[in-house]
Amino acid sequence: MSTEAAELPVAQLREEGRWRSLLDFYVTTMRTAVAEQLQYRVTNYFYMLGMIAEPVIQLVVWTTIANEHGGSVNGITASEFAAYYIVWTLVRNMNIVFGAPFWEWRIREGQLSGQLLRPMNILHYDLAYFAGWKFVVVGLWVPIAIGLSLVFHPDLHPTALEIVVFIFAIWGAYLIRSMFQGVLGMLNFWTTRGAAVFDLYMATEMLLSGRLVPLQLMPGWVQTLANFLPFKWTFGFPIEALVGHMSPTSLMLGLGVQVLWIGIGYVLFKFAWTAAIKRFSAVGG
Amino acid sequence: MNAVRVGLLYFKVGVLNELQYRVNFFLQLFQSLIQAGTGLIMLALVYSHTTALNGWTEPELLSLLGVQIMLGGLIHTFIQPNMEKLMQDVQQGTLDYALTKPADSQVLVSVRQFQIWQSVEVFTGLTLLIVGLTRIESSVGVVDALTFAFALGIGIILVYCFWLIVTTSAFWIVRMENVLELFEGIYQTGRWPIGVYPVWLRFSVTFLIPVGFAVTVPAQAITSRLHWGTLVVSVVFAVVLFGLTRWFWRFGLRHYSGASA
Repeated sequence: MSTEAAELPVAQLREEGRWRSLLDFYVTTMRTAVAEQLQYRVTNYFYMLGMIAEPVIQLVVWTTIANEHGGSVNGITASEFAAYYIVWTLVRNMNIVFGAPFWEWRIREGQLSGQLLRPMNILHYDLAYFAGWKFVVVGLWVPIAIGLSLVFHPDLHPTALEIVVFIFAIWGAYLIRSMFQGVLGMLNFWTTRGAAVFDLYMATEMLLSGRLVPLQLMPGWVQTLANFLPFKWTFGFPIEALVGHMSPTSLMLGLGVQVLWIGIGYVLFKFAWTAAIKRFSAVGG
Repeated sequence: MNAVRVGLLYFKVGVLNELQYRVNFFLQLFQSLIQAGTGLIMLALVYSHTTALNGWTEPELLSLLGVQIMLGGLIHTFIQPNMEKLMQDVQQGTLDYALTKPADSQVLVSVRQFQIWQSVEVFTGLTLLIVGLTRIESSVGVVDALTFAFALGIGIILVYCFWLIVTTSAFWIVRMENVLELFEGIYQTGRWPIGVYPVWLRFSVTFLIPVGFAVTVPAQAITSRLHWGTLVVSVVFAVVLFGLTRWFWRFGLRHYSGASA
């Protein structure tokens, strides 16, 4: 009788310990990432400036069209475009993850062999490291955001609820994209020419996510299609949560859909990883 | 003269190397089609909301897109692979292998690597350009075509100079693989007529990062919008920039102590 009573707390303790050490692991890896990336400020800025060219170009083009047509396109004014694309830069910074093409590098250079010897699933290492990196990136992003705001005068008046939802949504976007890029990355275990598929995926994402233009500018059927695919929930939704005027219900619903896609992505990754790792025969180390 | 011979020889070896990987042609073709497709969709989107952007009609912008993709293909084939290799060499200390050779070091670092399959983009771009031009309905004269080729050549020199200046700073900064992203990002500004950009940005992409000159001038030439003054300015600019690049490369070399190989 006494053994039965004692067993439960021990199991519980063990479970708690497991979670605590996982948390410890995340905190430590994130700190390492911050310390490491802070050294490479110049190269981080190069990357960010290159990335920022994309929304600035779109912003300029759509502002020009808006101004040539009495101030708005499809009801979106120049300063609303400014808000959209400036928030875009933060969302993009958040949803850059360990990309599918880098899996090829990881396998080719023999990095993976060593990484497989570690006790936890590789996904944890990537998630933790990139999550830590985000703090550096967002820090470096602030001056850019201020500069862009001074130049383009965004129309941005979020409510407290919208800000809270946005903060959750950018991490949701981070997780969804991590999962799907991971799934796609598994392709590298079968072929060394994954690049074509990655390009196709990126182009689809570009069009259906709100990355290229706000989805409102797309034809109706594209908008409907976008609702049922993961892409929109990594770009359009977080941006709209802050700049659009979404109802509290649709904000919450959006977060719910994000959770759903994280789940789907995680299950897909698990399956793909299990299948992929069976095909792996070590290269170097 | 010797420099040209060395350059050609390296080019030949580079081509032979690349020809081994034939499947890459189809891969490149596929990727190039995706790139062109995305560009076309973007154009269609813009012109579903307007009839002229900053005075440019859809076929005119299609031609501009063609020129941008064409020049991009030339950059990816000839310039970028060499600059990437140079950055890598500085980081890993293997640049000494090039520096200790008796030929001119700037020539050597500029001709060591070519990605011949990337030239598929040149043909995609050319196709878009031709489709665009046939829809403009103004005939392209021989003079226009020649000026276009000339301006495109100037554009390549400008981009090469810019790339080499940036890459040379690797002697001080060392880790700079992200410059690639920076350039690719900024190169996209060339898809739109330079006139749409606000003054500060227009100035930057014309003189600081010469994308404006490199893409817009040839596009203006082929659509008969070019003023001869612009062409003269771009030639002078190219000569000055080339001199500056040469000087900066030597200046950088003097500051480079090598990282041992």
